[in-house]
Amino acid sequence: MTDKLETAVSPEKLRRVAIDPVSRVEGHGKVTLLLDENDRVHQVRLHIVEFRGFEKFVQGRPFWEAAVMVQRLCGICPVSHHLAASKAMDMVVGATLTPTAEKVRRLMHYGQILQSHALHFFHLCSPDLLFGFGSDVAQRNIVGIAAAYPEIAKQGVLLRKFGQEVIRITAGKRIHGTGSIPGGVNKNVSIEERDYLLKDVDQMVAWSEAAIGIVRKLFEQDLAMYSSFGSFDAHTLNTVRADGALELYDGGLRARSMTGETIFDHFDTSRYWDEILEDVKSWSYMKFPFLRRLGPEDGWYRVGPLSRVTQCDFISTPLAEAQRKAFMAFEDGKAAKATLGFHWARMIEMLHAAELIRGILHDPDLQGTDLVNIGTRQERGVGVIEAPRGTLIHHYRVDENDQIVRCNLIVSTTHNNQAMNEAIRQVARQYIDGNKLTEGLLNHIEVAIRAFDPCLSCATHALGKMPLEVELLDAEGVRVDMLSRSSEGVCESLA
Amino acid sequence: MVAPVLIFAVGNESRGDDALGPLLLRCLQDCIPDSVECLEDFQLQIEHAADLRDRQHVVFIDADVSCEAPFRFSELQAAHDHSYSSHAQSPAALLHTYMQVYEDAPPQCHVLGIRGYGFELGEGLSPEATENLEQATAFLQAWLASSVEVG
Repeated sequence: MTDKLETAVSPEKLRRVAIDPVSRVEGHGKVTLLLDENDRVHQVRLHIVEFRGFEKFVQGRPFWEAAVMVQRLCGICPVSHHLAASKAMDMVVGATLTPTAEKVRRLMHYGQILQSHALHFFHLCSPDLLFGFGSDVAQRNIVGIAAAYPEIAKQGVLLRKFGQEVIRITAGKRIHGTGSIPGGVNKNVSIEERDYLLKDVDQMVAWSEAAIGIVRKLFEQDLAMYSSFGSFDAHTLNTVRADGALELYDGGLRARSMTGETIFDHFDTSRYWDEILEDVKSWSYMKFPFLRRLGPEDGWYRVGPLSRVTQCDFISTPLAEAQRKAFMAFEDGKAAKATLGFHWARMIEMLHAAELIRGILHDPDLQGTDLVNIGTRQERGVGVIEAPRGTLIHHYRVDENDQIVRCNLIVSTTHNNQAMNEAIRQVARQYIDGNKLTEGLLNHIEVAIRAFDPCLSCATHALGKMPLEVELLDAEGVRVDMLSRSSEGVCESLA
Repeated sequence: MVAPVLIFAVGNESRGDDALGPLLLRCLQDCIPDSVECLEDFQLQIEHAADLRDRQHVVFIDADVSCEAPFRFSELQAAHDHSYSSHAQSPAALLHTYMQVYEDAPPQCHVLGIRGYGFELGEGLSPEATENLEQATAFLQAWLASSVEVG
């Protein structure tokens, strides 16, 4: 059901507040609030500039270039796009992967999950969680964490570095990796490379497990706030293994309703459009995916770690499975239903990824030499994986000249578009409505968005970009107040 | 053995003038002495602190929208960078991360910011940025020749 805060009844009479761009999320986003003279909230919207242009960018290119080109989409999750495009092109070349190819790709994917989750928890959201959402802006950042919690900062750096090393070894290069190709991979993992990763992997497992303890303690310290902050009921979408286990690389689609009923299960990802469609809204460039059988009004859903961990039947690695059970049981499932439960679920997945890496490194198939398999050529390819932020869909059509003639991407953040809007509307009701705006209160909105770890677009981060500006306009659109935070972090009121 | 000098380019070659850093590395690739290592990434992030370990000099190269054309070359100090710059760290903040992680002073670092203008996906380098790149490349070649021992 669409929230009443999506569209105000008489917007022309209201003040407009814009948070632009949203900080500590990848790319550029903007939140607009419409307030009346008593600071009551009438409209809340998250606007995201999506990379639809990329779909045109790849049209006309030979299909074998796609897996390399798509890495230019995003400086944060290039590996996820690399693998999703590769899976789509496996279908185009009619390939069933060899054991070595699939395991090298899985290792690459688990490295990406680990490094992405580590960055988000240890350096992007921990400033909010450890210092409080409304704390001093100077303290509430990465450097503040390093000063107050040096061990946590250090672990974050080294977990992240380990994940990047897994990627470098499996993809062949630090960036612009070429390891995954249509039908397989172009390199295996040597004994020397395996041993290099094995020497640190136990430490990564230990740190990942300890991180879950940090999140649990935060929930225990302020259960009421952590359980309710920006929380809402949502349908869920994720992939699962045939036996119902959490599956990050190659599962079937599972959708559950907000009351727990299964809407569909183990659905073939290569025909995702039979169950998932995309809606458009006049106020946003970003599409709004929905479950076809529920319709655009009621069919929106949530993807990502919280959906995956709560909707799988079990996790295949022992330490992560024990943590999943504890998470689900915590205070009668309160954490599992909370928006801030994303953080807890994300750390369970990081532990799972670390355990998977440790297990797969002992598999001799990694040193196999049968790397590529080719079958009967197809004109359509669909690749679906569970990226760190949620379900990622790549869909291509390739003509008889091997050129890509159509491309459709549904990225994790697009799936979560409506869910993020719901979260910030809850926060606006809980904290903003009727209160005088402060930077700390506006940060509450951003905390809700950051829980989803959205990847809003782009790998463009030239020096001097990324300021934060908050404007208050009167009914005629005249600026009456403005708070500015420069890229160097200096905050000043320009009223 | 780690090369004593690191040139670290930041940018995405498919996003207009964001390609300035990586393209400068391409211009230098035939004249890089053994004592210099070149790395690049889409953006700076915390794990890049490890790449600074055991270096004597580091030069970060990035497109810059705040400097005067054609470029700005400046010595870098570690800083409490309070920006909320998402998944990307500033070079100054990276030095601070280095100090926190290694509890040691970072190597001497400079930033070569090259003035850029447009950053759209699929765009090539703008004509103005192309001129700036030529001048920045010549400058860095001269700087390397005068500042770095050939290994």
